Amino acid sequence: MRSVNRRLRRAAALATALVLATAGVTACSSGDRQAADADVDCTKYEQWADLSGETISIYSPYVGADQERLENSWAGFSQCTGAEIVYEGSTDFESQIQVRIQGGNAPDIAFIPQPALVSGLAQQGVLIPASDTVAASVEAGWSESFADYATVDGTLYGSPLTTGVKSYVWYSVPLFEAGGYQAPATWEDLLDLTAQIHADTGQRVWCDGFESGAATGWPGTDWLEDLVLRTAGEDVYDQWIAHEIPFDDPQIATALDEVGKILKNTDYVNAGFGDTTSIASTNQIDALTAVTDGESCYMSHRTASATFDEDITVAPDGDVWGFYLPGTSADAPKQLVGGGEFTVAFTETDAVESLRQYLASDTWANDIVTQGMVSANIGVDPANAPTPQLENAIELLQSDGAVFRFDASDLMPTAVGGGTFWKGMTDWVLGSTTAQVLSDIESSWND
Amino acid sequence: MLAGWQDKVLQVGLALVAIAGVVALVVLVVALLERRRTKERWIALVFAGPALVLLAVGLIYPMGGTALMSLYDGAQTRFVGLDNYKWIFTDPAAVRSLLNTLIWLVVVPAASTGFGFLYALLIDGSRFERFTKTLMFMPMAISFVGASIIWKFVYAYRDVSRPQIGLLNQILIWLGQEPRQFLIDSPWNTLFLIVVMIWTQTGYAMVLLSAAIKAMPVDVVEAARLDGAGGLRMLTNITVPLVRPTLVVVFTTIAIGSLKVFDIVRTMTGGQYDTQVIANTMYDQSFRYGQPGIGSAIAVLLLVMVAPVIAFNVHQLRRNREVRG
Repeated sequence: MRSVNRRLRRAAALATALVLATAGVTACSSGDRQAADADVDCTKYEQWADLSGETISIYSPYVGADQERLENSWAGFSQCTGAEIVYEGSTDFESQIQVRIQGGNAPDIAFIPQPALVSGLAQQGVLIPASDTVAASVEAGWSESFADYATVDGTLYGSPLTTGVKSYVWYSVPLFEAGGYQAPATWEDLLDLTAQIHADTGQRVWCDGFESGAATGWPGTDWLEDLVLRTAGEDVYDQWIAHEIPFDDPQIATALDEVGKILKNTDYVNAGFGDTTSIASTNQIDALTAVTDGESCYMSHRTASATFDEDITVAPDGDVWGFYLPGTSADAPKQLVGGGEFTVAFTETDAVESLRQYLASDTWANDIVTQGMVSANIGVDPANAPTPQLENAIELLQSDGAVFRFDASDLMPTAVGGGTFWKGMTDWVLGSTTAQVLSDIESSWND
Repeated sequence: MLAGWQDKVLQVGLALVAIAGVVALVVLVVALLERRRTKERWIALVFAGPALVLLAVGLIYPMGGTALMSLYDGAQTRFVGLDNYKWIFTDPAAVRSLLNTLIWLVVVPAASTGFGFLYALLIDGSRFERFTKTLMFMPMAISFVGASIIWKFVYAYRDVSRPQIGLLNQILIWLGQEPRQFLIDSPWNTLFLIVVMIWTQTGYAMVLLSAAIKAMPVDVVEAARLDGAGGLRMLTNITVPLVRPTLVVVFTTIAIGSLKVFDIVRTMTGGQYDTQVIANTMYDQSFRYGQPGIGSAIAVLLLVMVAPVIAFNVHQLRRNREVRG
């Protein structure tokens, strides 16, 4: 009965809000939902009470395939508790969430990818603090740095949702096999390996691209962030984000010069695209794709969630596979730069609280991993991941003493992190010196 | 929270000012119509009233709001006076964007009007006039973003060892040259962006100038011919003076467009590699970097720069109408 009711209600909503064409598409997806309903194991969701008749709205920046994954992840919860979850995604989330709050039309729950926005909203006083249950889940499931990003004045406001890991080097498996090369254990090994491949083949070894339309330059920030974390450590990384040390601190310059050992060496980059300056005009996806054809290029640096064409096999024995961007020592804990979202709530009801508890729990973390997204929750079983790529990312996150730091450019003021930092990295590959670029960025940072 | 409260008061104050402005305008119109008959006065009011109200709400009010915002800091809480304006003229990146805008302002209208005029002269009265005009006018129908994407392909760069996908670099290779990164090598890249705008605007200039050439009084042209004027003399002494008002209108209209150029730079380079222009800087500051104060200051500056050009343009348009009667 319930599912019929739900479909009726949805049909009514559609009739008023959507054009008929979209209704056709949604009708298909509710068919899928029904198929999934048949084999839901409700015992996992027993701890949450009956929420029949409750409707909870979620607003997030995720649309398309990610929206489908999210909706599928809580289908079982919805089915077993009876709560109806109305999800809405927007590519213009960051500005629209502010508009909706100002207009008194805030969603019940939002997924926010910027820690700065979480603390901004908390200071505005519009967020409901996390309950003790949610806080306990966060403490049990995630490393301390995650909780810190969503804590304002000692109060936890959000729970981490999914996690992206950036610290990967993707390499061409056939090329590595043909040359008998092995994944390196340290940063020095990586430099040696690069020199070795270049000496053996005369080829440029790396492909990299910073071009990304108006966001050109951001892939460069990931390089620097990874190397700051490796050469200077997480304490300096935290001071750097907080502007407790200047952007052009010598420790940051050292890290950028390390990046330059690869990106500024014309012998090493940019295979098939030109000299080192072509990094600025090469699309970041094209650079990654060049690693997959088994001839153009040996290695590229990109996130763990990199997506490849369907006919490309991503596996240790496939067309392309990734290794952890190594640190200065082989035995050191893994240092990971990445992103993620935080679940925050704007309304305080039992239904919203139940959903927050569920989204903060390892039950949900396993549900989303099954759907094909990564979670850093230590309660996740890597075996639940549908691909070796995701399984590997989860194992990295759960490795002994793993250090996770949020993408620095997302934590700096937008004029720096989304502006002069991007531009600076572009200028840098085009020929500006490390000192010049870092002092330019520093001078644009007004506290 | 305090900031929000102050904002509200400011907004209310501004709204009151705007309403007062509208009332003053209406009173002024009524006063001007005083001498005429009452009925006419009411008709004038009924017709002009809604337009004046819309103008006040949609133009004057936001203009005042923007000017006010430009005097506050990024969070719009602290009054900073003219600091935002000072920033525009001292920050190296902002100065660069001013300089680039100046280049656009000089090159685009001159080249578009020049090419358009030349083309209109050459095809005037030729057998394929309509067809060639259509060809020339077509880019005008493409949006700036569409045109930018087309030209991005024309400029596309690949290493010399790889097959080229960019037309221009393929031509360079046929000529035995190395491929070049047209969009990256400063300062030439600004000129390569400018080409896109010239490409879209030349057709517009050509159509208007062609119409002006055809509208030249036949008796004047024939008299000149009888007096033995031909070629260059015909052009300098007869055609140019006769189409001059249209030339000026076309030139100024394109000049306004190039001052406001935004889409081309945003689509092709995102303002990187030293190609930034002020309209794009305004967008970045206001909507990407959370600096509405600086963004508003640039908007006000842009308004101040465009205003005289528009005034001249309107003045010329009215003179044209008077000449034609």
